[in-house]
Amino acid sequence: MGFGGYLLRRVLLVVPTLAGVTVISFALTYLLPGNPALVKAGALATPDVVRDIERQMGLDRPVHVQYWRYVSGLLRGDLGESSSTGRPVLVDFRQRVPATLELTLASLFVAVAIGVPLGVLSAVHRDSLLDHVSRLLGVGGVAMPSFWTGLLLLYVFFYLLGVAPPPLGRLAADVSPPTRLTGLYVIDAALTANGAALVSALHHLMLPALTLGFAVMAPLTRMVRATMLEILESDYVKAAWAAGLPRRRVVYGDALRNALIPVITVLGVIFGFLMAGNVVVEMVYAWPGLGHYAVTALVTKDPGPIQSFVLFVAVMYVFVNLAVDLLYGLADPRIRFR
Amino acid sequence: MTELLEVRDLTVHFVTDAGVVEAVDAVSFGVRAGEILGVVGESGSGKSVTALAVLRLVGPPGRIVGGAVRFEGADLLALSEEQMRAVRGARISMVFQSPRTALNPVLTVGRQISRLFELHQGTSGREAWRRTLEMLTLVGIAEPERRARQYAHQLSGGMCQRVMIAMALATSPRLLLADEPTTGLDVSIAAQVLDLLRDLGRRTGAAIVLITHDLGVVAEVCDRVTVMHAGQLVEVADVRTLFTRPLHPYTQALVRSIPRIDRDVAMEPIPGAVPSLLMPEPGCRYADRCPRVLDVCRRERPVLLGAGPEHEVACHAVELEGAVAVR
Amino acid sequence: MRWRRLTGNRLSFAALCGILVVVAAALLAPWVAPHDPDETDAEATLSSVSLRHPLGTDIYGRDQLSRLIHAARVDLLVALSATAIALTLGSTLGALAGYRGGWVDHLLMRAVDAVMAFPAFILAMGITAALGNSTANVVAAIAITHVPIYTRLIRGEMLRVREMEYAEAARTVGNRPRQVILVHLFPNCVPPLIVQATLAMGFAVLTVAALSFIGLGIQPPQSEWGQMTAEGAGYVVSGEWWLVLFPGLAIMATVLAFNLLGDTLRDVLDPRMRGVR
Repeated sequence: MGFGGYLLRRVLLVVPTLAGVTVISFALTYLLPGNPALVKAGALATPDVVRDIERQMGLDRPVHVQYWRYVSGLLRGDLGESSSTGRPVLVDFRQRVPATLELTLASLFVAVAIGVPLGVLSAVHRDSLLDHVSRLLGVGGVAMPSFWTGLLLLYVFFYLLGVAPPPLGRLAADVSPPTRLTGLYVIDAALTANGAALVSALHHLMLPALTLGFAVMAPLTRMVRATMLEILESDYVKAAWAAGLPRRRVVYGDALRNALIPVITVLGVIFGFLMAGNVVVEMVYAWPGLGHYAVTALVTKDPGPIQSFVLFVAVMYVFVNLAVDLLYGLADPRIRFR
Repeated sequence: MTELLEVRDLTVHFVTDAGVVEAVDAVSFGVRAGEILGVVGESGSGKSVTALAVLRLVGPPGRIVGGAVRFEGADLLALSEEQMRAVRGARISMVFQSPRTALNPVLTVGRQISRLFELHQGTSGREAWRRTLEMLTLVGIAEPERRARQYAHQLSGGMCQRVMIAMALATSPRLLLADEPTTGLDVSIAAQVLDLLRDLGRRTGAAIVLITHDLGVVAEVCDRVTVMHAGQLVEVADVRTLFTRPLHPYTQALVRSIPRIDRDVAMEPIPGAVPSLLMPEPGCRYADRCPRVLDVCRRERPVLLGAGPEHEVACHAVELEGAVAVR
Repeated sequence: MRWRRLTGNRLSFAALCGILVVVAAALLAPWVAPHDPDETDAEATLSSVSLRHPLGTDIYGRDQLSRLIHAARVDLLVALSATAIALTLGSTLGALAGYRGGWVDHLLMRAVDAVMAFPAFILAMGITAALGNSTANVVAAIAITHVPIYTRLIRGEMLRVREMEYAEAARTVGNRPRQVILVHLFPNCVPPLIVQATLAMGFAVLTVAALSFIGLGIQPPQSEWGQMTAEGAGYVVSGEWWLVLFPGLAIMATVLAFNLLGDTLRDVLDPRMRGVR
C-alpha cells in the first residue's frame, strides 16, 4: 500500500467526519429554543411579518432542505449574525481568533516545555523524588478544574505577590497594541521592535498560559514517561550501550528520539483539552478570544456565536488530528517506508 | 596459555521486592584468543546475565556482588565507567538475540554502524560510511549501498542478524559475545549465520562466546563448551568430549535429550524444572533433579575440578567416584 | 479475595473514604449543614474563616460550608445520572451494533465517530446552550458526550464473543441462542464498565462544574461547586480567597477520589486494561 496510500486514506477520512460534525452542529442549531424568525423580526412584529421572515429564512421547509441550506451557508462563510455585536459572526471571529491562537500556542509551549522534560527525567530517574512528585502533580493536576487553578494563581501572583497584572485583557491599559501583522501581540511586538508592547503582552500572557498549560500537561507527561520507560528497557538501547555509546547519548539521543514519536499521537488529544480549557481560562482572565466571545454572547441571549464556536472548534479538531496523523506518519520510518 | 578473558567466581544478584534472586553463582571460566566457546543451558540458567556482567551492563536491580573479570590482563570490574565504555564495542562486542528488536527502528542500519566508527575510531562521516559499506559486504549483504539506507523493518530477520554482526565486528574487537544469535531464525538462515560467525572469527582472530540453549548449534561451531544450570557452571569440556563423555548428570541428561534420527531411542526429557533462583537453597542447584544426588550435594556447592585434559566438572558424585583429581 | 487489595492500598482506601464522605454529606445535607444555605447573615457578609462560619461567608452573608454541603447533592446527582444514562444507553447501542453488524453497526459507528469528533466539553457546551439552562439538560449533555465510550467498549466485547461463539458453533451443529451470547458477554463486560464508569464520574463532576462556572447549566438559587467558584471569582482580586478555594477544593477532592478509585479498580479487576483511556 505504501505511504501514499496511508496519506490518501487518512485525508479521505476527513470528509465523512466533517459531514458528521455538520449534522450534529445543525442539530444543535435546529434545537435552539425560541424562534429565530421571531428574534429577527423583533418583539413587536405581527404574526404575518414573522411568518414572512420564517419563509425567507427557510424555516418552513423540511429538515433536510434546511440542513442543506445550513451547509451551503457554511461553505460560503455564513455563520449567522450576532445580535449583541450586530455583525456577522464570521467577522467577529476573525477579530477574536488571534487572541485565542496566541493563548493556545503559549499554553502548548508551556505544556511541552515543562511536561516533556518532566516525563523524560521521571523515566530516567525512576522512583526518585522527582518521579514521585511529577506523578503526584499528574494525578492531582488532572483533578484540578482549570478555572480554579487560574483563580488561585491570580490570588497568589496578583493579589499576594503583585507580580502578575490584573485580569483585564491582553495588555496594560496604557499600552497600545503593536502594528497588526499576525494579530499575535508577542510576535507582532517582537517583529516591530516594540519593547513596551512586548513586555506588556508577555506579562499578561504569563498567567493564562501557565494555567492552561498546566491543565493539559498531565497526559503529555504521563505518555512521555511511559514511552521512555518502555524504550529504556528495550533491546536496542541495551545494544547501543553494549556498543560503547555513552549513557547520556543513548538516553537523551536514541531513546528520547524514539520516545517522542508516539508522543506525537497524544498531541491531538491535547489540542482537544486546550480548546476546552481555552473557554474557561478566557473567562477567568477576561481574555478577549473566541471562547470569551461565545460565552458572553449567551448572557445577552444571543445563541448564534456559541454554536458557531462549537462548530469551529470541531472542524479545527478534525484538521489538527489529521495533521497529527500525517506528522506521525512522516516521523516514524516504519510508516513512511512501508 | 594465557586466556583472553578470565572469569573468576562471578556472582550476580538481583534485589527484588520478593527477595534476592541469585542469578549467577560463582561462575568461573576462561576464553582463549581465537576460540569459539559455547555457553549452554536452559532458559533461566544465567547465561545471558553472565555475558551482560562481563560488559558491566547489568542494570539495577541487578548487581555484580563478587568475582573478577580479567580481560587482556585488566580487571574489568575495577575500571571506571569511562574506561569501560572504551572497552564496549571496541574490544568486546555483543550480539543480541531477536535481531530486529535489537536494532533501532528509527535510524538507518547504515547509520547505526557508521556512528560506531565515528565513536571508536574517530573517523569522519564519509570514511565511516565507506567502512560501513565494506562491513556490510563482509557479512554477506548484497547491495550494501541500498541496504545501508534502509531501516530495520525493511530487512529480513537473517539480514538484521548480519547487520548486528557487522555492528559488533565493525571495530575489530578481540572478543565477541553472541547471545542466542540464531534463535528465531529459519534453520537454513541460522546455519548461514553460524558459518558467518565462525568464518569472521577465524578471519579477524576474535574469540567468540556463543550463548545458546541449542546443543545442535554447539556441536556445529564450538571448540569448547561450558554448561550452566540455574546460575551455576557445572561442566567445561572441549566439544567432542562433551558429547562423547559427559560427566555431570545434567550434561548427560542434556545430551540424552537430543532427539536422534539414526537410532531408535526414546526421547528423555529432563525431569523437574529449573529451581527458583529467589533465595535459593545452598549446595548444588541440580540436587532436586539429579539421579545421583547425595546428602553432601544439598549442603555444599560442588567446586570445578579437573577430570581430564580440557575437562572440568563440578559434581560431588563424580568426585567421589574418584575419576577426578584436584586441579 | 480481591477486595482486600482495594482496601489494603492506603491511597485507594483514602479515595474510597473520600467518596463515602462526599456521598454522606450529599445525602444528609439538611441535617449536617450547620446553617440553612440560603440564610443570609447581615452582620457577617464577606467574612473569612471563623468558628461560626468555618468556610467563610459570601457577599450576602450566606454560610459557605452549608452551601458547599448542599451543592454536593447537585454535583453528585448530575454526575451519577449522567453516568448511569450514558452507561445504559451506550451499552445498549454497543451491543446492538456488535450483534447485528451490517448497516446498523456502520450507522451507529459513524454516529459515534461524529460525536467523538468534538472535544467533549465543547460539545457539552453546545448541547446545554441549545437545550437551555437546566439541571436536566446538563445531565443530558454530559450523558451524550459519554455515550461513545461505552458503545465502543461493549461493541468490542460483543465482537470478540461472537468470534468465539462462531468458532464453537462451527464445531457443534446448531445455532446458539441469543441468550447464550449475552450470558457470555456480560461477565466480561462488567469489570471494564465499572472502571470506565468510575473514571467517568470524575469527568462528569469536572464538566458540570466548568459548565456552571461559565454560566451554563446549573442556575442560582441552586448552589453548585463550579457556580460558587464563579461567584467568588470576582473577589479573588480583592483578597477574599475563601470563596474560591473551598468549592474548588471540593471539586478536586471528589474528582481525585473517583480517579484513584477507578485506577485501583482497573488494577484489581483487569490489569490488562492498563493504557485504555
